[in-house]
Amino acid sequence: MSAVGTERRTIRVEVNGVPYEREVEARLLLSDFLRHELGLTGTHVGCEHGVCGACTVLLDGEPVRSCLLFAVQVHGHRIETVEGLAPSEGELHPLQRAFWEKHGLQCGYCTPGMLMVLKAFLAEHPDPTEEEIREAISGNLCRCTGYQNIVEAARYAAELLRQR
Amino acid sequence: MPTRFFGAPIKRAEDPRLLTGHGRYVDDIDLPGQLHVAFLRSPLAHARIRSIDVSAARESPGVVAVWTYQDIGPCQRRMPLLIPHPDLTHPYTRYALAKDEVNHVGEPVAMVIAESRYAAEDALEAIAVEWEELPPVVDIERAVQPGAPLVHEELGTNVAAHYVGIVGDPERAFSEAAHVFRERLVIERSAGMPIETRAIVAVWKDEEDLLEVWDTTQAPIVIRNALAALFGLAPTQVRVIAPDVGGGFGCKIMVYPEEVLVPYAALVLKRPIKWTEDRLEHFVGTNHERLQIHEAEIAVDAEGRILGIRDRFLHDAGAYTPYGIIVPIITACQLPGPYKVPNYHVEFRAVYSNTVPVSPYRGAGRPHACFVMERLLDRVADELGLDRAEVRRRNFIQPHEFPYDVGLIFQDGAPTRYDSGNYPAMLDLLLQQMDYQRLLNEELPRLRAAGRYVGVGIACYVEGTGIGPYEGATVRVEPTGQVYVATGMPQQGQAHKTVLAQIVAEELQVPLEAVTVVEGDTAHFQFGSGTYASRSAVVCGSAVALAARKVREQGLALAAEELEVAVEDLVVEDGRVYVRGAPERGFTWAQIAQLANPLRYAYAGDLVVRPRPWTGPALPPGRQPALEATEYYSPPHATWASGAVGVLVEVDVETGQLVFHKLWVVHDCGTMINPLVVEGQVHGGIAQGIGGAFYEKLHYDENGQLLNASFMDFLMPTAMEIPRIEVAHQETPSPLNPLGVKGVGEAGAIPMPAVVAAAVEDALRPFGVRITRMPLDPDQLWRLTHPTEA
Repeated sequence: MSAVGTERRTIRVEVNGVPYEREVEARLLLSDFLRHELGLTGTHVGCEHGVCGACTVLLDGEPVRSCLLFAVQVHGHRIETVEGLAPSEGELHPLQRAFWEKHGLQCGYCTPGMLMVLKAFLAEHPDPTEEEIREAISGNLCRCTGYQNIVEAARYAAELLRQR
Repeated sequence: MPTRFFGAPIKRAEDPRLLTGHGRYVDDIDLPGQLHVAFLRSPLAHARIRSIDVSAARESPGVVAVWTYQDIGPCQRRMPLLIPHPDLTHPYTRYALAKDEVNHVGEPVAMVIAESRYAAEDALEAIAVEWEELPPVVDIERAVQPGAPLVHEELGTNVAAHYVGIVGDPERAFSEAAHVFRERLVIERSAGMPIETRAIVAVWKDEEDLLEVWDTTQAPIVIRNALAALFGLAPTQVRVIAPDVGGGFGCKIMVYPEEVLVPYAALVLKRPIKWTEDRLEHFVGTNHERLQIHEAEIAVDAEGRILGIRDRFLHDAGAYTPYGIIVPIITACQLPGPYKVPNYHVEFRAVYSNTVPVSPYRGAGRPHACFVMERLLDRVADELGLDRAEVRRRNFIQPHEFPYDVGLIFQDGAPTRYDSGNYPAMLDLLLQQMDYQRLLNEELPRLRAAGRYVGVGIACYVEGTGIGPYEGATVRVEPTGQVYVATGMPQQGQAHKTVLAQIVAEELQVPLEAVTVVEGDTAHFQFGSGTYASRSAVVCGSAVALAARKVREQGLALAAEELEVAVEDLVVEDGRVYVRGAPERGFTWAQIAQLANPLRYAYAGDLVVRPRPWTGPALPPGRQPALEATEYYSPPHATWASGAVGVLVEVDVETGQLVFHKLWVVHDCGTMINPLVVEGQVHGGIAQGIGGAFYEKLHYDENGQLLNASFMDFLMPTAMEIPRIEVAHQETPSPLNPLGVKGVGEAGAIPMPAVVAAAVEDALRPFGVRITRMPLDPDQLWRLTHPTEA
C-alpha cells in the first residue's frame, strides 16, 4: 500500500522575512510545516478543517487557514505568522499591546489566529465599527473570552495604529 | 500606605508570551527521535470484536509498532473509577484498548506507533477488524424500559446509579398546596470543545530514571499518581507537566486511555512518544456532558411561595462512569438555587448508553438545575398572573438566613450549605441595570406594537464553588529577592500566574514582577487534585495566602530580632520590612532571606547582610535556612457564588433566528482578586451558555453515530452571535476562607438556557408556546411559530 502524496518536493518560502528551503512530502499541511518543520509553533491548530481559524497566517498579506493549504502550495510565496508580528524582541505590536491591555485572551490558543486576521483587517479598515470587527473575526472561534474583550482590543488597536 | 495588589484590575503576567507566539502547548513540544501515535477507533456504537489483524499495518512504511489489548502489559487492567459513590451501584469503566467489546463510536481499539503521524494514520487503514454488531442503546428513556438491550450485558441493567434525596416532607407539601404545576424539561447533550484538543508527549529518561510526561490535563498530580501506580514507579520517578493548556472546561480532567498508553509506549520503546488528538477524535474520544430529562413539579401556596419541589430525572452517563455520578449529584443539590425549598424530593437514575462517556463540562449539572428551577418559577408566575421577578423575590433565601442548609450532601461529601450572599439585593441590582419596569411597560409594548416578537427573561442562580479536598502552595523568598510560588494546580487560561502573584504581592508588599508562579508541574508541587469546579482562586488562592502570611511572619521575626525591636514596631511596605517611623532601619526581603540562611559560602561574594557570630547552632531549633512556607487549605464545604442575568431577545418568526438585543448580568463571587479576570470569566461562561441555549447540541442517531462531529456541523457561537454583556458586581465575602473569595469559572454558563427559554417564551406569547427543551435552534423556533405547517 502506498499513501497518496508521499512524493517529496523542494519548496522555497519566505516566513517572517526569512527565506527557507526545505524538502517536504507533497501532502504536508502548511500548518504542520510551520509548526514542526520550521519550529514556528505560535500558529495553532484547532480543527484541521478550516472552521476555527486558530491556524490563520498571512499569505502575501492575506489571511489564510494554514490547515487548508499544503506546504508545497506556498512555494515562492511570503508567509507571516504571529512570531513576526512584534517589531522587535521586547516590543509589542499595537495589536498585541491592545490584547494585553484589554484582557483579550485567556488560554491564548485562538489568539495568534485572531491577531493575524485583525492585522490584515485593520490595514484595510483603520477605523472600524464594532459590527465590522465582529464580522471580521467571525471566522475565528474562541471558547474562553465571549469575544467582548477581543472586540475591545481590536478597537483599541485601531486607535493605536491610527496614532502611529 | 501599603500598595494594593489584591482587588486591582492588573494586566496578566501570562500574556506577553502568549501574544508573541511563545506559549508552550503540548503539541508545540517536539523531542529528538520522537515517534507518533494514531489510534484506530471503533466505527460502531456497540459490537464484539471477533478478530483484529494488524499484520499488514505492521509492514506499513515507517511503522514501529502496532498494539492491541494483548500488547499493553500493565495497561490491560480496567481504567480507574475516579470517584466512587455508594449510590453508583453498577459502575463500569473501560479498557485502555478495547478487549473484546466496544461500547461507543470512537472507543480506542488499536494504536499505531510510527515515525510520523502521517505514516501512523496510513497504517490505520491496513488494520482489519472483524466485528459482531450488537444492538446499540442510545435513547435513555428506552434504555430504562424492561427488555431494552443492555450496554453492559454482565451488569444486567442500564441503570448505573439510582439516587434519592429527600428534604422535609414533600408528600405533605404537595397534598396541601394551593397549586401544583408539572413540567417535562430536557437539556440536550453537548461538550466543552476547547479549541486545543488533547495531546500527550512522554519520554523515559534513562539517565534520570524518570518518566516525563507533558499532558493537556487539568489535573497533572492525578495523572502522575495514576501512572506511578500503574507502572510500579515511585511517584518521584514520574513527572507530569501541564504547560500552557488551550482551554479545558472540564473535559480535560480524567484519566483517559491515551494518557496511560502514550507513556507506556515511551517506557517500552525507549523513545519519546507523541499523540495529538485531531478534532474528529475529540468529538468521539473526549468526554461529553449535559443530556438530562426531568419530570419536575412544584407546589406553591396561593401567593406563589414554594412549598415543595419534586423532580425525577434521567441522566445520560454515556458508555462508562469513570467520573462517578458527580454531574447529576450537582444537579440534584443545586436545583433549589437561591430559593427556599422547604420540602424537596429529588431522584435520578444515571443511565448507560452507547455514546461517549459523560463527565463535567463548565457548569457541570448546574445549567440543568437552573433551567428546571427557573422554568418552574416562570410557570408559577405566569399561572398566578405575577411578575416573574416578583415570584423570585417572594422565594429568596434572605440575607439573615446564612448559613443556609439545603439539606443534601454535595458532590464533595460535605453539606450543601450556603455560606453567604444577598439574593434580593442582587436581583434589585439586575432590575435596576435593566431598567426593568420601563422595559416591561414602555419598550416591549412599543416594539410589539410594531409587530416585533421581543421578549425579556430573567434568571437567578447559585454556584457551589471552591470545593475540597484541599490544595497547597509553597511560597519562598529567595536570597535574590525573587519570590517563588509553587502550586499543584495547572491553568487553562484562568490567569493563575497573575492572581496568585497578586495575593503574594499584597502580603509581602513586593512588586508583582518579583513574584514568579510555577504551576502544573509535579516536580514543583506534589499534593493536590487540580483545576475544576471553580475552585482555583478559592482553594489554591487561600493556600497561597496562608503560605505568604507564614513567610511574612518569618521575615518579621527575623527582622525584629536583628533590629532588636518588637514585631509590632515593624511595617512591611515597598518591598521592605522596617521600623515604624524610621524607614532607614530595616531590610529588603532579599536581605531578610539572606539573614535567614547562615551561609558558609556567599551567593555572589556581595552579601548585603553581614553574617552574625554564632552563639549556638547556626540554625537554632525551629529555624529554617529559607524564608519559606508550604501551607494547605481545606475548605469545610463549598462557598456559594451567585448571580442574576437578564436578556432582551427578538425572534424572527420567518427565519426562526434569535437575536440578543441586550444582556445584563450581576455576579457575586465574594471578594474579587482581579476584576478584569472575573469579568473575563463571566463573559466566557455566558458565551458558552448561549451556545448551550441556541447552538450546541451533539446529535446522535439511533445507531449511536454522532452526526455532527465537526465544526461545520456542531455550531459554536462566533463574535456575531454573542451580544455585548453588561456586567455588574456584588461582593458578599465568603466567611469560609482567608480571602473571602468565591469561585467564578462556571458562573456565566449556568443561567443561560434558563434565561433564554424565559425570554423566547415571552417573545412568543402570541403563539402560546412553552419552552421546555434546550438548546433551541432556528428549526424549532420556526416550528413553534408555524404549528400548522410544521
